[in-house]
Amino acid sequence: MSLVTPSGMSRRHFMGHLAAGAATLPALDFISHVKANAADLKRRQKACILMWMSGGPPSIDIWDLKPDSKNGGEFKPINTKGDLQISEHMPKTAQVMDNLSVIRAMSTREADHGRGRYYMHTSYVPTPTVVHPAFGSVVSYEVGSKRKDLEIPAFISIGGGGSSPGFLGMTHSPFLVNGTGQIENSDLGGLGLDRLDQRLRMLGTVEDNFIHSQRGESGQAHKDVYVKAVNLMKSKQMDAFKINDEKKEVLDAYSGAPAQGGMMGGGGQFGRSLLMARRLVEAGVPFVEVDFGGWDLHANVFQTLKTQRLPALDAGIAALTSDLKQRGMLNDVVLVWMGEFARTPRINQDVGRDHWANSWSVMIGGGGLKGGMAIGETDKDGISVSSSKSYQPGDVWATVAHALGIPLDTVHKSKNGRPMKLANGGTAIQELIG
Amino acid sequence: MVLGMTIMNLTGWRVLQSRFCRQAITSGGITSLVVAATMALTVVNVGASETFTTGSSDVIIQEINSQIRQTWKDNEVEPSPVADDAEWMRRVYLDIVGHIPAVEDVEKFLSDKDKAKRTKLIERLLDDPGYTRNWTTIWTNLCIGQQTPRRVSREGMQKFFREAFGKNRPWKDVVSDLVTAEGHYEENGATNFLLAQMQDQDDGAQMTAKTTRLFMGMQVQCTQCHDHPFNDWKQDQFWQFNSFFRQTAKVDHRRFDQKTGRMVDDYSEIVERNFSGPVYFEKRSGLMKVAYPAYFGTEVNPDESTDRRKELARLMTAGDRPMIAVAYINRLWAHFFGFGFTNPIDDISTHIPVTHPALFDRLGEEFVKSGYDCKQAMRWIANSEPYNLTSRTTKKNARDNPAIGEAALFTHVYVKPMTAEQLYDSLIIATNAHKSGRSGWEQAEAQRHTWLQKFVQTFGTDDGGESSSFDGTIPQALMMMNGPLVQDAVSVKAGSHLHELLTGKGSENQKIQRLYMTALGRMPTRPELGAAQKFLNNSHDPLTVYQDLFWALLNSNEFIINH
Repeated sequence: MSLVTPSGMSRRHFMGHLAAGAATLPALDFISHVKANAADLKRRQKACILMWMSGGPPSIDIWDLKPDSKNGGEFKPINTKGDLQISEHMPKTAQVMDNLSVIRAMSTREADHGRGRYYMHTSYVPTPTVVHPAFGSVVSYEVGSKRKDLEIPAFISIGGGGSSPGFLGMTHSPFLVNGTGQIENSDLGGLGLDRLDQRLRMLGTVEDNFIHSQRGESGQAHKDVYVKAVNLMKSKQMDAFKINDEKKEVLDAYSGAPAQGGMMGGGGQFGRSLLMARRLVEAGVPFVEVDFGGWDLHANVFQTLKTQRLPALDAGIAALTSDLKQRGMLNDVVLVWMGEFARTPRINQDVGRDHWANSWSVMIGGGGLKGGMAIGETDKDGISVSSSKSYQPGDVWATVAHALGIPLDTVHKSKNGRPMKLANGGTAIQELIG
Repeated sequence: MVLGMTIMNLTGWRVLQSRFCRQAITSGGITSLVVAATMALTVVNVGASETFTTGSSDVIIQEINSQIRQTWKDNEVEPSPVADDAEWMRRVYLDIVGHIPAVEDVEKFLSDKDKAKRTKLIERLLDDPGYTRNWTTIWTNLCIGQQTPRRVSREGMQKFFREAFGKNRPWKDVVSDLVTAEGHYEENGATNFLLAQMQDQDDGAQMTAKTTRLFMGMQVQCTQCHDHPFNDWKQDQFWQFNSFFRQTAKVDHRRFDQKTGRMVDDYSEIVERNFSGPVYFEKRSGLMKVAYPAYFGTEVNPDESTDRRKELARLMTAGDRPMIAVAYINRLWAHFFGFGFTNPIDDISTHIPVTHPALFDRLGEEFVKSGYDCKQAMRWIANSEPYNLTSRTTKKNARDNPAIGEAALFTHVYVKPMTAEQLYDSLIIATNAHKSGRSGWEQAEAQRHTWLQKFVQTFGTDDGGESSSFDGTIPQALMMMNGPLVQDAVSVKAGSHLHELLTGKGSENQKIQRLYMTALGRMPTRPELGAAQKFLNNSHDPLTVYQDLFWALLNSNEFIINH
């Protein structure tokens, strides 16, 4: 394979691809593919913001209400600006629903937190022999690697746990930050750049020695991560994390009205994280995941939703959507809302809902996808998909890939050489891309 | 016969490399195959020239060596050379006592001419207080997580394991205590395992899933809601197992706080509650079903005269090779080698291939025969030939790479990232902070705890999934580069290692060598020495050169990857 550095791409990024042990296409195709896309990508910074509802949100109380069923619970549906109804506790979001759609026919089979989390992030069910990359890592690999001006990580995860980059390698793992946006230990603390340089040169000597000692790939992966960390320490793009630079009105809009602010789940943390996500996307980060937890509602579901989860969710989604639209970014930024699964239509004896993966909803919008639609449907009690087609996470991520301009026939190779289809071979949802 | 995993004899081993091997063999046919495999092994000859020893001559160690050698032969691979003393010593310290060796110990060991020095070092480490501390940390994290859940006493849990490992209590007694624990969470620290699984009102689902997974190596959490798609567990089995825990309840005590005038949390305890008869569960179809207490088909009297958890503990610890023995051996093997006999280690079932079924079974049986002697099991593994090999691969075994999903052949020791605790404790050793006595024990523990918390990332679910090892993320790299612990280590405060070294006698070369020995447990290579000297020659401030070199060593991949 030729090691000529293609223009529009630094050698380090290219080497990163090689080191990850997963070449997308034969070298020449790959290079021309990069060249052709580089200019276009720069102009229209495509990105995806994933709103991850950890714990498993009850989509039956949010996006697909069943007021006429015993499973329907306390909430009523309301009309929206789109061609669908959503929960009465999502009034602000209702006003922007012409931009957002709901896939109501998800059927995903994994109802364990760990397995569901893995499946929804990677499109693959867990298997013992391969670790699959989360889709954020795929975007980091496919899109982030080509953004040569990007000095901060291409996959940033705010407030949540990590997911694995799998066979794409540690350089594509999510960069975890907390909701304050303060990156600890990221300044030099008085150490001059020349001293840092001396340290790094000494480090290089030891590291290279270990890398060449036939001990597998972890030595190189360690070095790659240090390179990224040093880039980040020196970068101006770190300002994107400083949400307090935003005007107070903006902060308030994202986290809900100030009067409610203190009462809301996490004190408006979800909204603040979304605001950070918008700033990061503006800085060129192609994939940001925002974690919003507290959905594992085995008990007391309606009270918790009404007073804590939904007001924060509603304000956050509505503010982000309007803000992106105002800035002319909504056509390039895909928004995805999901959790590891949803919750049982049946209400249990503790007025809670348990784990449910058979029939549920994912929200998706922006990025040029069609808004205001409900895709597929569930039956009258919400216990199964009643439309002709049901959807898996691979279909959602294929739709996102389409919106981001990642070719759907992309195939990666796992470390033992097995071909791995993008999004597990999922298909972009026709009604959304239509 | 419980173990569906013993389905493959050694000649059939290659088949295992295909992950599509989902051979379903009914339990009746297993015994004869096991016998055949075991018998085949007794005739394996090990040539005298191939004989490796650490100085210990236990028959089980020979058994491990010959069975592992046989699979090398069968798979046409050759082992890597034996690790040099420096490499092996650093590894065995990290694996047994949880930190790198102090520089004085390295020097002593490397110059020791005793042919039995490896086995002697293993014995010394097993008797070291670090052994108890390390394994207390490991099992506390496994039982209650790195972040202490609500209403759980980390101190209580640690106290329990300190005693268990300090006295080398039989593993079956330890498991039995954890499963049957009752009472105050500090007076009986064993209660904290179950208390940690009682975070939600989930009818004991988490207790069921965690107990089977951690102690029996079985992942049954999915069968709470449906039959397992691959393994033999059915939904009713989950609930049969679950029904053993249904007499368990916790009481969270509160007390009046004089100072604030408010009620505050006091202790928690596990109590027995009256429960008899079946449990009810819902099939996916919505149909309600019942399950009575039964352990792999052995039914237990469901009325209230039965202490169900005592019955469960009795059944779990009965037999010649119960799952708790097998699961423990697998975990221990993976701890030392980086990979277990199954991958993942806590999913021992028919759909997961076993790399060395006969050896795996044998070790399980011998562990039981030893009286569940945890230290003895470690002796077998640490003294074995494969554990004493280098972690470098050769051309003849480069394809033995379980990290990409191949079945492990143990032709070399697989590298593993340090855990957060190993990293912290190793930094303390490397910087001599353990000797300076600058802070008291409690303060030191508090600092350690604060630092470790930064590594913990929880998913916020009832599985308590956590990522805890130094797996090379940017925040971790930043913490190592610029964080206070390393900053402190490379500062030249009085009493610090660096200060001691730099103000002591010795040539430039000796000082460089000592820094390498301190951080990496080995001498610098000639090019490394040359490079360091060049920096010294070009600098008008040698102090900063030593500081930066030490910084580089502590930040290196070689430091942080246990090899």
